[in-house]
Amino acid sequence: MEILVCVKRVPDTSENEIDINSDGNDIERDDLVYSVNEWDNYAVEEAIQIVDKVGGSVTVVTVGDDESEEVLRREMAMGANNGLLLTDDAFEGSDGKGIATILKGAVEKGNYDLIMTGAQADDGAAQVGGMLAAMMDYPYASLVNLIETGDGKLKVGREIEGGNQEMNEIELPCVLSIQTGINEPRYVGIRGIRKVASVEIPELGVADLGLDAGAIGAGAAKVKRLDYFVPDTGEGAEMLTGSTEEIIAKLVEYLKAKGGLK
Amino acid sequence: MAEIFAYIKHANGVADDSALELIVAAKKIAPDASVTAVVTGTGADLDTICNEMATVYNAVWKIDNAALAYPNAEVIRKALVNILPGDSIVLLPHDTFGMDLGPGLSIKMDSTFAADIVDIEGVDGGTLKIVRQEFSGMASAHVTCDIAGGAVLNIRPGVFQADENKYGGDVVDKSGDAGDLSTKRTFLEVVEAEAGDVDITKSEILVSVGRGIEDEDNVEIVFDLAKAMGADVACSRPIVDAKWLEKSRQVGTSGQTVKPKVYLAMGISGSFQHLGGIKGNPFIVAVNKNMKAPIFQVADVGIEADILEFIPELTEAIEGL
Amino acid sequence: MEPVLISPASFKLFGFIPTVLFSVLIPIVGVGLFTYIIARRVAPLVKANPDFRFDRPMDRVLNVLKIWLGQYRHPRYMVAGVLHMIIFFGFLILTVRSSELVVKGISGGFIMPGLGGIVGDIYYFFKDYAATAVFFAVVVAAVRRGIVRPARYHYPESYGHDHTNEAVFVLVIIGTLMISESLYEACLVAAETQAGHEATFLGPLTLAWFFKIVFSNGSSSTLQALHIISYYVHDFTFFFFLCFLPMGKHFHVITSLFNVYFMRLDRGNVRPVRYGVSDEELDSLESFGVKKFSDFTWKDILDFYTCADCGRCSDQCPANRVKRPLSPRFLSLKGRDYAFSHFPLKGDFVDQEALIGEGGIYSEDEIWSCTTCGACEQECPIGIEYINKIVDMRRGLVDDGNVPQSLQKPLSSLEKRGNPYGKMEKKRADWTKELEDCEVKILDKKTTADTLYFVDSVSSFDDRMQELARATSKILCSAGIDFGILGKAEKDSGNEVKRFGEEMLYQSLKDHNTEAILNSGVKKIVTADPHTFNSLKNEYTGIPPVEHISQVITKNVASGRLKLKGVTEEEREKIYTYHDPCYLGRHNDVYEDPRDAIDAIPGIKRVEMLKNRDRSFCCGGGGLMLFYEPEEEERMGVVRVKMAQEVGATVIVTACPFCLINMEDAIKVAGLEGKMEAIDLGELIAAHIEN
Repeated sequence: MEILVCVKRVPDTSENEIDINSDGNDIERDDLVYSVNEWDNYAVEEAIQIVDKVGGSVTVVTVGDDESEEVLRREMAMGANNGLLLTDDAFEGSDGKGIATILKGAVEKGNYDLIMTGAQADDGAAQVGGMLAAMMDYPYASLVNLIETGDGKLKVGREIEGGNQEMNEIELPCVLSIQTGINEPRYVGIRGIRKVASVEIPELGVADLGLDAGAIGAGAAKVKRLDYFVPDTGEGAEMLTGSTEEIIAKLVEYLKAKGGLK
Repeated sequence: MAEIFAYIKHANGVADDSALELIVAAKKIAPDASVTAVVTGTGADLDTICNEMATVYNAVWKIDNAALAYPNAEVIRKALVNILPGDSIVLLPHDTFGMDLGPGLSIKMDSTFAADIVDIEGVDGGTLKIVRQEFSGMASAHVTCDIAGGAVLNIRPGVFQADENKYGGDVVDKSGDAGDLSTKRTFLEVVEAEAGDVDITKSEILVSVGRGIEDEDNVEIVFDLAKAMGADVACSRPIVDAKWLEKSRQVGTSGQTVKPKVYLAMGISGSFQHLGGIKGNPFIVAVNKNMKAPIFQVADVGIEADILEFIPELTEAIEGL
Repeated sequence: MEPVLISPASFKLFGFIPTVLFSVLIPIVGVGLFTYIIARRVAPLVKANPDFRFDRPMDRVLNVLKIWLGQYRHPRYMVAGVLHMIIFFGFLILTVRSSELVVKGISGGFIMPGLGGIVGDIYYFFKDYAATAVFFAVVVAAVRRGIVRPARYHYPESYGHDHTNEAVFVLVIIGTLMISESLYEACLVAAETQAGHEATFLGPLTLAWFFKIVFSNGSSSTLQALHIISYYVHDFTFFFFLCFLPMGKHFHVITSLFNVYFMRLDRGNVRPVRYGVSDEELDSLESFGVKKFSDFTWKDILDFYTCADCGRCSDQCPANRVKRPLSPRFLSLKGRDYAFSHFPLKGDFVDQEALIGEGGIYSEDEIWSCTTCGACEQECPIGIEYINKIVDMRRGLVDDGNVPQSLQKPLSSLEKRGNPYGKMEKKRADWTKELEDCEVKILDKKTTADTLYFVDSVSSFDDRMQELARATSKILCSAGIDFGILGKAEKDSGNEVKRFGEEMLYQSLKDHNTEAILNSGVKKIVTADPHTFNSLKNEYTGIPPVEHISQVITKNVASGRLKLKGVTEEEREKIYTYHDPCYLGRHNDVYEDPRDAIDAIPGIKRVEMLKNRDRSFCCGGGGLMLFYEPEEEERMGVVRVKMAQEVGATVIVTACPFCLINMEDAIKVAGLEGKMEAIDLGELIAAHIEN
């Protein structure tokens, strides 16, 4: 099975407070470190496991600048066979639809049976996979947490409300967005990355992908971010202060009043 | 202004909470617009929902088709594309269903897509100004959407509280326009989550624990507190991913929906997926080291503390009552 | 003068079969078979990876004299140790006699060269006592193994059947050797005495003496028959035993000498990824670590052969004690069984299977369960190693990406941020902000100092352990030491990164820190973290000398630069006990400095736990081990805290931030809050500095 996995380089925000820069147009990025979007990492692991089982190859693709190459290498160190960097000044400022359009160009240049994305990335929109599928007229399933391979089709589980799982049969080629927890991604160390350090990663731009420059980039974006701002903290919450004893005394009073103690 | 449609999610004859929230959001876009509820499905349940929605929305479009018995987003997308006018503004809940449907629908309708909208600031000409969150809710952003050619807007569940306004309208059967509904993705079945030893959906008091507990061994102190309070223990997704507690204790859109009276969020940052599982407006107490944790925005009472130190002291105080 | 009994060299069975035939055949067949078996056993060692063990011959000979010949580690288990020593020394003495007997079977008058005169008389007198002692030791040992059955030898079901049968069988063989030798001798002496010849004097109360009395009235034909029979029983048993040794745990009788000679000479280090491949050339290696059996080094396989299943390693192993899925003893035995079955005495050698995980002999959890505390290696009487094997197997797992999910995040944070918590580099020196009356310089090219305090990650970022960093600074300030820290230029020392098998990440941390240290221009390095101490001292190269804060304390107390005030009223009621951190004690032999430092506080009461110094019991492990979630029934820290409670202690003093974390945790888990507390040595001293 030929699999294409779309990945994104995102700031690693787990342990760090996010600050907005003084202009309010971006977050403070000086002290941030970047890594591959967590959901995408699960997608790549799943793709590798599928290929280990049924054969084929895994290609990882990202839309970004030169720095995005590091996430491609990391995923190749994990076991992806090929990398593909889609980069062009004209891509700058694309919205979700623009990114999906660029990716469509890459999909059409290959011969993929299965295209995967992470369920969502740092902007939390969860949109590119579904858009790409619709553009390609491929069937789509989001939030996939189980994949079983079959002949010309897949059985996929989707995570839905209540901890339940929705089982579907989906024809190939298709697009799936992958939820965390579908597998246990393998570890990639420095050694693994060095091993693939010299592998050539093709870079494709607008012309290579046969894209209409009018359909991508800031000009085509219908969704635009104006600014970042910090949401008011503690808006609704009455913050209890004082010594621990005082706080606990106040809290216990609240709990009693609200029926929080039996 | 183009027509506004809200897709009504329902199951077993009961409309999803989002059904009454979407109209509130729609009126925030255009207070005077006529908002049409779109209800798909089949049989008696469908009619129940349609009639219920007819009391609230300006109009209801009913699409009855056996292929729509289960809300398979791929099938529904086909039906909506066939039935809705090209420049419609379509509102969906941003949940596991809306994420499945929204992006593809916007492509097929050739309209603009905006995901996970937490606030609507208004329309200026063909431009809608909304608020979204990025970086796991740690930064908010004002976003403009060009909706002149139509839009699919995914609204975060729970942020637009249902109100008392009832507009009322007729149910129009649009089933005939649904067209060919064959798809390449077939729904098979829903595998129910395994029942755990406690049913937190029925608990009145919940002590819920998140990443702040740091270590599996520390989970014990949460049980001690719950015991002292007469509460049950729930948790957020990372705790289940780490296999420290069973899935049946997870609160959130991918876990259980709970309706307690009192909810203690211990070391939970408060992602919207987690908050999405808390219904019924409980009294929420949040204890967290990080003052910037989004949980403090929704909690009634907040305490800045390390739960590993705070919980044992609280337990002791309650036991001493 | 005719001998009173015909010797086996001249005896004719049924009057016409010369028994000398047997005397010739038995040794030829025995030695031939033995040679073949050994050749097959050696084959996997030849195929294995290289190991550099031929350096420092004097140190190695000293080890042999002390640990092998001197049986130095045996009395640590008194009963088993003394029994073993009797059998061991007895065997050494009797090997001469047994060899002599073999030749005597061919040439009746043969006497071992050198045993002709007075030396011989003394030797023959004592060898009977040796045989007797061995015999009784064997009887006691058999009763112990077969009837008393100490728990140490117990086999958990998952590991198959135990070795009691083998052990008792071998004891019977040894007993047989002792009896037959004594009987052979006794018959001769009895016959000579009957004939009125001058007979060899047999030491009273020896087996031979006893048999002589029993058979003193035996007919000459009976004595002749017994003489011949006991000779061939001895001869056959001797060679049978020789060939039986390489079949099981008694292989150690042969291999232990070599194993002790080649044992590791230094502690606190981990062997290189591949001998003969420099750090710079590591990228050229196809594979890292041990993934299949032949990835082990020849010394590893010699270790497997040498394991005598005495169970001391596992008895001391903290992981085994809390029922983690790891028992060092079985690491060796499973390796040995694999070697025996995949490199058999007959048939083809096969080694394609993965060693770890599904279908392998080790489980991943087993390999991750080790805290590398070193208790097992400290205990092994014959120099078997574990840490190198564990680390090498982890290297293999890391190379294949098989790293537990709980360890992946800290490892990736170490790569990106230089600490396992993912905290920002610029916050590394934030702990100094709350420090009063003591200035901590941040060193770089421009700002320099005499001494560098290498703080390391846990004391830089953990809220509680920052106290420890501040206490350390206070001590250094009070002692008037000109010191500073590296601040954001410091990264994790990587002691655990290396031990968790992430060699390349370790190398990059080491290179970064080495440069930063040299850049700071300091002359000395001090740290309060034994893991850091170990790494900088034993594994970093080309940096200034490193001391642990406990050494700095004792030195400065002795010189009077640091004055300590006495205990407070409240402290007078407390009983302190010192817990030896593995990386300070066992791995680096710093046992007395921390004790001296505590005792330097006037009026302090200190007791020792039963397990102290080189038998200290690991708190649960530091560094990345804090992130790993092992299957276990109890926490190591809880076991340790109970040990402190047993000796009446109320305060556990540690000298390691990780020990402190684990102890404080364990006190809560054990429900001993209020009855027991834990404190770091640095904090204790800092609180007693006379201003």
